[in-house]
Amino acid sequence: MAAVLDVRHLSIAFPRATPVPDLSFTIEEGETLALVGESGSGKSLTALALMRLLPRNARLGEASRILFSGRNIAQLPEPEMRRLRGRDMAMIFQEPMTSLNPVMTVGRQVAEVLELHEGLSRRAARKRATELLDLVRIPEAHRRLDAYPHQFSGGQRQRVMIAVAIAAHPRLLIADEPTTALDVTIQAQILELLDQLRRDLSMALLLITHDLGVVAQWADRVIALYAGHKVEEARPQLLFGTPAHPYTQGLLAASPRLRADYHYSDGPLIEIPGSIVSAVGEKGCPFAPRCPVARATCRTAMPPLLPQGDGHFVACPVTTLREAPHGHSVGL
Amino acid sequence: MHQFLRLSRVLVRALIHAVPTVIGIVILDFFLLRLAPGDAADVMAGESGAATEETMAALRSRFGLDLPALDQLLAYLSNLAHFSLGYSPRYNMPVSDLILQRLPSSLGLMGISLVLALVIGIALGVVMATQAGRWPDRLLSVLALLFYSVPSFWIGLMLIVLFSVKLGWLPSGGAGSIGTDATGLAALLDQARYMLLPALSLSLFYVAIYARLARAAMLEVRSQDFIRTARAKGLSPAAVTLRHALRNALLPVTTIAGVHLGGLMGGAVVVETVYSWPGLGRLAYEAVMSRDFTVLLGVLLLSSVLVILANVVVDLLQAWLDPRIEAAS
Ligand SMILES: Nc1ncnc2c1ncn2[C@@H]1O[C@H](COP(=O)(O)OP(=O)(O)OP(=O)(O)O)[C@@H](O)[C@H]1O
Ligand code: SF4
Ligand SMILES: [Mg+2]
Repeated sequence: MAAVLDVRHLSIAFPRATPVPDLSFTIEEGETLALVGESGSGKSLTALALMRLLPRNARLGEASRILFSGRNIAQLPEPEMRRLRGRDMAMIFQEPMTSLNPVMTVGRQVAEVLELHEGLSRRAARKRATELLDLVRIPEAHRRLDAYPHQFSGGQRQRVMIAVAIAAHPRLLIADEPTTALDVTIQAQILELLDQLRRDLSMALLLITHDLGVVAQWADRVIALYAGHKVEEARPQLLFGTPAHPYTQGLLAASPRLRADYHYSDGPLIEIPGSIVSAVGEKGCPFAPRCPVARATCRTAMPPLLPQGDGHFVACPVTTLREAPHGHSVGL
Repeated sequence: MHQFLRLSRVLVRALIHAVPTVIGIVILDFFLLRLAPGDAADVMAGESGAATEETMAALRSRFGLDLPALDQLLAYLSNLAHFSLGYSPRYNMPVSDLILQRLPSSLGLMGISLVLALVIGIALGVVMATQAGRWPDRLLSVLALLFYSVPSFWIGLMLIVLFSVKLGWLPSGGAGSIGTDATGLAALLDQARYMLLPALSLSLFYVAIYARLARAAMLEVRSQDFIRTARAKGLSPAAVTLRHALRNALLPVTTIAGVHLGGLMGGAVVVETVYSWPGLGRLAYEAVMSRDFTVLLGVLLLSSVLVILANVVVDLLQAWLDPRIEAAS
């Protein structure tokens, strides 16, 4: 399979901070890649960087390469980038309540993309918009075309956002916490819809979430992000079965609903002690200040991301050595 | 269809509110004017130089000026109920005729001024917002502050000095060339030449207000999620600004525009005087000087009706701009 997206040495810096120092990953055609991590780990910034929609004061590092279908778009001039956005790569956001223009009909907001990228006439775009709203399962789409966003529920608005995003058949759809603001039953419906559209339209899906339950169910591959660093990468089964990085282990411990036998009355939610802010200024492993098994050596140099076989990568020498075949036993 | 129903509900609600407001304003104005010393008979007597007690008494009784205040009010209200604004002792003609003579030129001046203020103000505000923090924004901000703080009569005088006296491009007063019998386009152009300076003096203050409002509103809107969505669609900055940001930013601007309409009328009194513009503002000024309260009441009544109508228009405009506004049923 070819990579739709091949990101190398992505770095995103603000005048006072560098939330994403050096991140590389790929997304294969038709694949669902999940990006997980605590709040502030750089998930949204990474997504915005791919769309080249970073805030004004953010800088993309010079060494950053974003190969989209083999073409580096990291330095692509804005007018050319605009031709990609909404057509070849599209994005949906966390807040369905505010992501649609409140004073424009839903039909216009979908049709706008079609007029822009597909060159459809107003009338043809309107007809196609109805079909798209139908496709994302808005009931009575033809009637609701002229309704405004405030007349839709949160879940329906997110469906409209999805219709806008897939209108021009993108090869890559980025969904930044698409269901975080919705209640649980709606969440499942939206994710199901996204997954079906991904298969039907053969798109790749970059699914950003901090809900590991979502990852377990929908992702082909997971990347755990901490302070802008990829600390672990694997298929979900592997990541959840044998999490190797202490951060991933902590995330899993904090997601009790992944365990089938868990009931909320069993005990309080476990959280990883400490805060991601402690990663600032760490020369070595960014997780060291919070890591229960940290060594002095962890703080000297950033541990490299090493393959553990079967597509499993981990950036922690301490826990992976423990499982190494001739390893001197390293106690936890 | 739905849109139409929604707008007509907004209209009906606004009109129902208007009637008691107008009646309240009339009564309030009536008693306020009582507070001024003297009456029309005093002024007319003073001007004629030789008036006896008897002629003044005759004058007063002819126009009902000798009745108790409450009776005068009731008489005035009963006039109003018969769609009459009363009779002016000074001009010796019905007040409604007097007002109708002056109304068109005043409405023209205020309408053009308001349109100028909105169009120029919003355009400047959008430019300022897109250039926020850079030198075009700074320059325009200073300019806006200047227009905001300088009184309109001074702006009017300076415009006259520059464009009429020094450059000789535009007339310094009046409402049309005397003695020309131009028709059609030529007449319109002639009027526009006379209108330009007064309209500009009247609108610059509001240009400043609307520019600053539009700038703030655009900056506010720019950081909202749906703007990010619009950019993620691949729209150009111009399309994002004009199609998505501007219409949302217009909402707060139209609210304030409605609030400022009363002020625009007040400003018209000054500007009409400076440019000897034959409008209601000058009529009001003359009515005050001659204590011709029937005329003044008429002008005030009409002004309040105009302000209320303008606010209805603003309400309709807002309901049209913002689909979330529903008439409370
Ligand atoms: N405009 C900005 N200026 C300065 N720092 C910023 C800015 N935007 C984000 N950051 C920093 O970058 C880091 C990553 O932010 P990002 O929004 O990518 O996190 P996230 O992983 O998406 O978190 P969440 O789960 O809360 O959405 C944060 O620590 C934040 O402080
Ligand atoms: S490298 Fe050291 S500090 Fe980092 S996660 Fe592994 S053990 Fe903890
Ligand atoms: Mg985020």
